[in-house]
Amino acid sequence: MNFELNDVQREIQRVCRDFAARELTPNARRWDDRHEWPTEAVKKLAELSLLGMCAPEKYGGAGLDNVCYALAMEEISRGCASTGVIMSVNNSLYCDPVLKFGSEEQKRDFLTPFAKGEKLGCFGLTEPEAGSDAAAQRTTAVRKGDEYVINGSKNWITVGPKADAIVLFAMTDKAAGHKGITAFLVPTDSPGFDRQPPDKKMGICAAWSCTIYLEDCRVPAKNRLGKEGDGFKVAMSTLDGGRIGIASQALGIARAAYEEAVAYSSVRKTFGKPIREHQAIQFMLADMATEIDAARLLVLRAALLKDQGVRHSMESSMAKLYASEMAGRVCHHALQIHGGMGYSKEMDVERHVRDARITEIYEGTSEIQRIVISANLLKE
Amino acid sequence: MDLELNETQKLVRETARSFAREKVAPRAKLHDREERFPAEIYRQMGELGLLGVNVPPQLGGAGAGAVSYALAMMEISTACASTAVGMAVTNMCAELIAEAGTEAQRKKYVPRLASGEALVGAFALSEPHCGSDAAALRTRARRVGDRYVLDGSKQWVSSGAFAGVMVVWARTAPAGDSPRRGISCFIVEGNPPGLTVGKPEDKMGLRGSNTVPLTFEGCEVPAENLLGKEGDGFRLALLALQGGRIGIASQACGVARAALEASVAYSKQRTAFGQRLADFQALRFCMANIATELGAAELLTLRAAWLKEAGQRFVREASMAKLFASEMAQRACDKAVQIHGGYGYIDEFPVERYLRDARVQTIYEGTSEIQRMVIAREILKAAG
Repeated sequence: MNFELNDVQREIQRVCRDFAARELTPNARRWDDRHEWPTEAVKKLAELSLLGMCAPEKYGGAGLDNVCYALAMEEISRGCASTGVIMSVNNSLYCDPVLKFGSEEQKRDFLTPFAKGEKLGCFGLTEPEAGSDAAAQRTTAVRKGDEYVINGSKNWITVGPKADAIVLFAMTDKAAGHKGITAFLVPTDSPGFDRQPPDKKMGICAAWSCTIYLEDCRVPAKNRLGKEGDGFKVAMSTLDGGRIGIASQALGIARAAYEEAVAYSSVRKTFGKPIREHQAIQFMLADMATEIDAARLLVLRAALLKDQGVRHSMESSMAKLYASEMAGRVCHHALQIHGGMGYSKEMDVERHVRDARITEIYEGTSEIQRIVISANLLKE
Repeated sequence: MDLELNETQKLVRETARSFAREKVAPRAKLHDREERFPAEIYRQMGELGLLGVNVPPQLGGAGAGAVSYALAMMEISTACASTAVGMAVTNMCAELIAEAGTEAQRKKYVPRLASGEALVGAFALSEPHCGSDAAALRTRARRVGDRYVLDGSKQWVSSGAFAGVMVVWARTAPAGDSPRRGISCFIVEGNPPGLTVGKPEDKMGLRGSNTVPLTFEGCEVPAENLLGKEGDGFRLALLALQGGRIGIASQACGVARAALEASVAYSKQRTAFGQRLADFQALRFCMANIATELGAAELLTLRAAWLKEAGQRFVREASMAKLFASEMAQRACDKAVQIHGGYGYIDEFPVERYLRDARVQTIYEGTSEIQRMVIAREILKAAG
């Protein structure tokens, strides 16, 4: 047992922390306010090799472990949660399944340029009527010769408006339920692939998402990821990893809110003393710090298990569930400590509240995480 | 970073787990219902090395480290929290004397505690008028020749009527402008003249643990039993309690795990409206929450223990573990009773005992409020 980070992990953490403080924190409020895609930041994520962190170097990745990835996600999200989720989508939801399930040829075309950050990937599972209940997919893919013809729609596709390719899920055998789902690698410039304007959201406003319509969208059969019917497995295994990314994002948002609350409580005075000297404020800060640490340990445990190649569905779900709900509480208290200023857009804390809210919803709602955890807990 | 246990840690956990299952669990109800102090169990624990888990082997301990100690405490606590509290205090006394004692004190007292020869240790710090605010203590110790004479009252002393070795805090100098100064710590052996053990408290939980007030009236202690120097007492109390918090956090994790396991088992047996309780989403989600929080509490506890073992500062981390684990255990045990319904409220099932036993964990060895004060002080100091 060892709770210390190794030198590589510490270095990644330091590099990301410095980058976030220099390039993200000063800009995040503006990006949010204008719903502006953080073009420069994403370019720099690529330069820092943060877009394919766990992909091997031969596929353009950084060849690092999942602990490094979790630490990096926390630091980047501490600076800007929108940039954090863009990073998480490319790493966890796109590169990860291509690496795990792709053929060599697919890895060459659909992994290397993305892991390098030359291109961006996204993940298309959710539909207007199939979010948490992923097996209720309505999008269909029909084999015609050496192509599949895909029809249907996907929504809330984060990075969708900017992505070059998508890991797309569709039904190849409707009667088979979740065993009839198949995954495809679809370039976003394919004929019949139609992206709607970015969604208007409450938070993570700089991380664009959109609805995608697929109308007779033709995809070469060689772009099928895994076998027909493997799609549900691909999706679930991907989300086990994705949840580590989102848990880390939640952790980063909570850290930002907490650190700003500590700083504000040191300068703001009431009744003749800085508010950090009032016990009610101190106790709130103590609870926030404790829960942040608890969440980080759950996240790192899940990342360690993933690195060992051990099944980690339950641990990833625990990390995601706890970290996201913790972030909700911590941001709420951070805003409270800021008082009226916290409600104003002159400070960052109201953005953290809005950004944190989505972490309890996407990549499996808290309810889905509880379903996963209880299924493991009550397994006969 | 690596969360795998090493061979020693695995062995200690296994030893504690099977001992807890075979010897402790079957008697837990008896300890509780009849307020039976588990003396015979401590003798066996001494033989297994469970009373000095983190004490050097040359002093009769297991030398297995602070992480092993936390793991052992978790296991014993799943079976019986009353037994675990005596184990915790004995380990704490043995560690304190091993750490702060003279060579003679170490050789004389640590092996007795670690082996179970002293049966158990006791820790006499709180007084009727002061618990959390330990520096306000009033018990006095006057130097008379080669002895100290102790006068005053102690409260909430766990195992006080049974302990062969106690550590007792008393004032050797007036409080003056700094109440923390002038406090000293003494090793008190057996049941010396001038020490009266009061009537055991009738408690809500931990009923198998003996909790007594002590009265010192002209009680003489050899001068050589001063632990550390005069005036070191407050520092030694804090040192012991830092480690002690890891013990209580572990106890909370153990009780919560027992509550969760009982709930999982019961929910699979009991049916309602034609299906198992385990098939109702509300109950499944409830158990998922408990398991998640328990996982976090165990990690916080093991982190604090690991830092202690690595010789690093762990004040903040021990308080976080104690705060989080003890508050988590309240929720876990309360939900376990709820899942059991009416059966949870009667002593046919163990969960009502878990709830009563868990309740003290947010109070003793530093209330949740004290933990928050410690954490806030540490984080605000670090923030500058």
